[in-house]
Amino acid sequence: MLNMAIEKTKTPPKKPGLKSNIARLLRYTLARGLVLIITVIIGVYLAIIIANGGGYVDDIRKGQIKEQVGLRVMADESVRDLNHVEKKEYEERLYQLELERLNLDRPFWARSHEYLINGLTLNLGRAEYLLSDSGSRQVRDILGERLFPTLLLMATGQLLLFFISITFALFLSRRYGSVIDKIVVALAPTSAAPAWFFGIFLILLFAAVLGWLPFGGMVSAPPPSNRFLYALSVLKHMILPVSSIVVSSVFITSYHWRTFFLIYSSEDYVEMAKAKGLPSSVIERRYVLRPTLPTIITSFALTLISLWTGAIVLETVFSWPGIGRLTQQAINMFDTPVIVATVVVYAYLLAITVFLLDIIYAVVDPRVKLGVEGNKS
Amino acid sequence: MRGIINAFSEIKKYPSAVAGLILIGLLIILAIYTLITIPYSEAVRLWRGGDAIWIETPRNARPAWMNFFYKEKQPLTIVLKSSENPDLKTVTDYDGFSTSDIEFEFDYQYDGFPSELSIFFKSKFKSARPFVTLKWITPDGREIMFTDMTLRHSESYRISQDSKLTNKLGGVFPEKALFADPKNPDAVLKGTYRLVVEGLLFEEESSIDADLIVYGKLHGLAGTDHLRRDITVALLWGAPVALAFGLLAAVGSSLATMVLAACSVWYGGWVDTVIRRINEVVMILPLLPILIMVGMFYSRSIWMMLGVTILLGIFGSGILSYRSMFLQVKSSGYIEAAKAYGASNKRIIFRYMIPKVIPVLIPQFVTQIPSYVFLEATLAVLGLGDPVLPTWGKLLNDAYSQGALFTGHFYWVLEPAVLLVITGLGFAMVGFALDRIFNPRLRGL
Repeated sequence: MLNMAIEKTKTPPKKPGLKSNIARLLRYTLARGLVLIITVIIGVYLAIIIANGGGYVDDIRKGQIKEQVGLRVMADESVRDLNHVEKKEYEERLYQLELERLNLDRPFWARSHEYLINGLTLNLGRAEYLLSDSGSRQVRDILGERLFPTLLLMATGQLLLFFISITFALFLSRRYGSVIDKIVVALAPTSAAPAWFFGIFLILLFAAVLGWLPFGGMVSAPPPSNRFLYALSVLKHMILPVSSIVVSSVFITSYHWRTFFLIYSSEDYVEMAKAKGLPSSVIERRYVLRPTLPTIITSFALTLISLWTGAIVLETVFSWPGIGRLTQQAINMFDTPVIVATVVVYAYLLAITVFLLDIIYAVVDPRVKLGVEGNKS
Repeated sequence: MRGIINAFSEIKKYPSAVAGLILIGLLIILAIYTLITIPYSEAVRLWRGGDAIWIETPRNARPAWMNFFYKEKQPLTIVLKSSENPDLKTVTDYDGFSTSDIEFEFDYQYDGFPSELSIFFKSKFKSARPFVTLKWITPDGREIMFTDMTLRHSESYRISQDSKLTNKLGGVFPEKALFADPKNPDAVLKGTYRLVVEGLLFEEESSIDADLIVYGKLHGLAGTDHLRRDITVALLWGAPVALAFGLLAAVGSSLATMVLAACSVWYGGWVDTVIRRINEVVMILPLLPILIMVGMFYSRSIWMMLGVTILLGIFGSGILSYRSMFLQVKSSGYIEAAKAYGASNKRIIFRYMIPKVIPVLIPQFVTQIPSYVFLEATLAVLGLGDPVLPTWGKLLNDAYSQGALFTGHFYWVLEPAVLLVITGLGFAMVGFALDRIFNPRLRGL
């Protein structure tokens, strides 16, 4: 998905109009979307196979059926007079019939497509232990509640990271060899540690020792009733997790991008622009940033993929009520349906991230063409 | 090959890489030392042994060296055993019964109060249980009676948890009240304390032994955790585990990735298509959630995790960058020449294509190690650490679930964290320097 279809056109293209550009973009978007949907389907299918390797998905459904049958037998007037053993037999017969009706007696591979559809639509039934804040047991409700905090935190962190890194990298490439440049190069190896790891240190410093910021959570308890104060409280709780996202990756990304900028700013056409006497801000924007953006977006996409994965622990460390924290809670309570569902949600989130970056890539890079496969060295 | 050796000798020019190599060297020495002094089975026994092994260490104690920084010196644990020191015991025989008195005496010169007080009795008898009374004598001569009790074969008396005693001492916990200066209840009365155990034995063969443990607030090099376990064990064992996990995962995934990328480029066609489609799917698969599922449904063993990590890592993002490198290699002249003299596919891939790319592999491989080391820690923090082995990540997990940051037990979080940072930095610094050495384009930058 990150290998964009690039082809250097041999004949100089006619100046494309806006209309054809949009059409090209639309076609590209559609095609990429289709490929990604197929990829997600395969990914979810794999996840279900892994989960079912231990027979757990079957167990979820069988457990639910058993519960339903049990309830039905209990409510059934006609069997009230039967004794305990007969009742159990009756229940067992109903259970077996129900299994047959739902094809659960057939081998796994023959009905895996049902799981796939249920998985893709997140129709995974009820959680075993976890409840949503509104009290619902439906996995979909629980996930829906947790999605927004995760998106809020990650989107803020990722956007800030991108813009801070790109301005910082441009700044550094201008000050190549200065003290601050050397400091960033020296600090780049620190990015080996994931965001949650920096989170621990930030909590230690700003929450435990200095006491300026909260240890974790999303709003202060009790939540303020005023909408403005509520937002302010959320903002305050976001400072530490967002900073750990930014701090964990900003040095390595700005180091890499600054290196790109330096390599590209020694190209002939940049020298030419300088000779023309263009102001340096224009040179940066038009002659350095433009050609490097596609590469930068690709490298940023890889950073994002690792960030999404790291989010699970980041949210755990900061008690942020998102999908990641939900995953951790589900692990502790061994809540199988929720765990399978979080895997699917993360696959979706990754796919959407990649999809958005693909589109941005296509907008930025005019060479991107649809359906051209071949040597892309 | 000569080129690679030359490149390594060039490392000397990069001070950060030298520092990184020193850090890695120290870690390897630490790991080897650990494997020699604490074998695997011993580590598992120590970490999983529970109360029986760690009865003589305090709970949540800070490292002992922290006393250097404290103005008020905190106590270390004092252990007195009558079984190892027969002088403490005086046995007198009477008609039909005997007395066995044990007198513990210790000098207490710390400024802080102990964290806990306990006595553990071991007694021998056939049917008549021995009877003991306990008396505490402070340096200024006050005598405080504890409870009387009849002993079973093995009896523990946790003085700190005796609520009757606490009431008798005016609602102040025994570990504080017993050591407090009567004029200033917040200060310790320094001097020689005595605990006298007066035992009555009703049988000829009967005997009593007692261990007095005055738990301190500091312990050992690294302190202890909530289960009284010495953290040093986990810190030491974390080193070989982290190194093994990081190295194996990095070697396994990068070598296999390279071979696959080479095959993909060389054979082209459907091989190439299949490998690239798999890569696309794997990129969407979220590694951590998959590992979580595997950990939950199959096995939490560190080797299982390692296997899945490598498997997913093989088809990860690395394959794309290797692919583009191999595409360049494939079009170079010497490959044409090899084809012309009729070299086999295997020969071309393993003798001509892969060696060409190895210089690029080395820095990537070194920089990958820390990310795998942190992956192990990440899994452990989520509660999916190896079930038996102590690791740095499991320490962090324990510390976190016990709220170490809230309760001020910073040492518990900082010690494994610092070791993780050292490992991460060591490999990353060497990797960055190697990257510049092997990629001449970056050299001046």
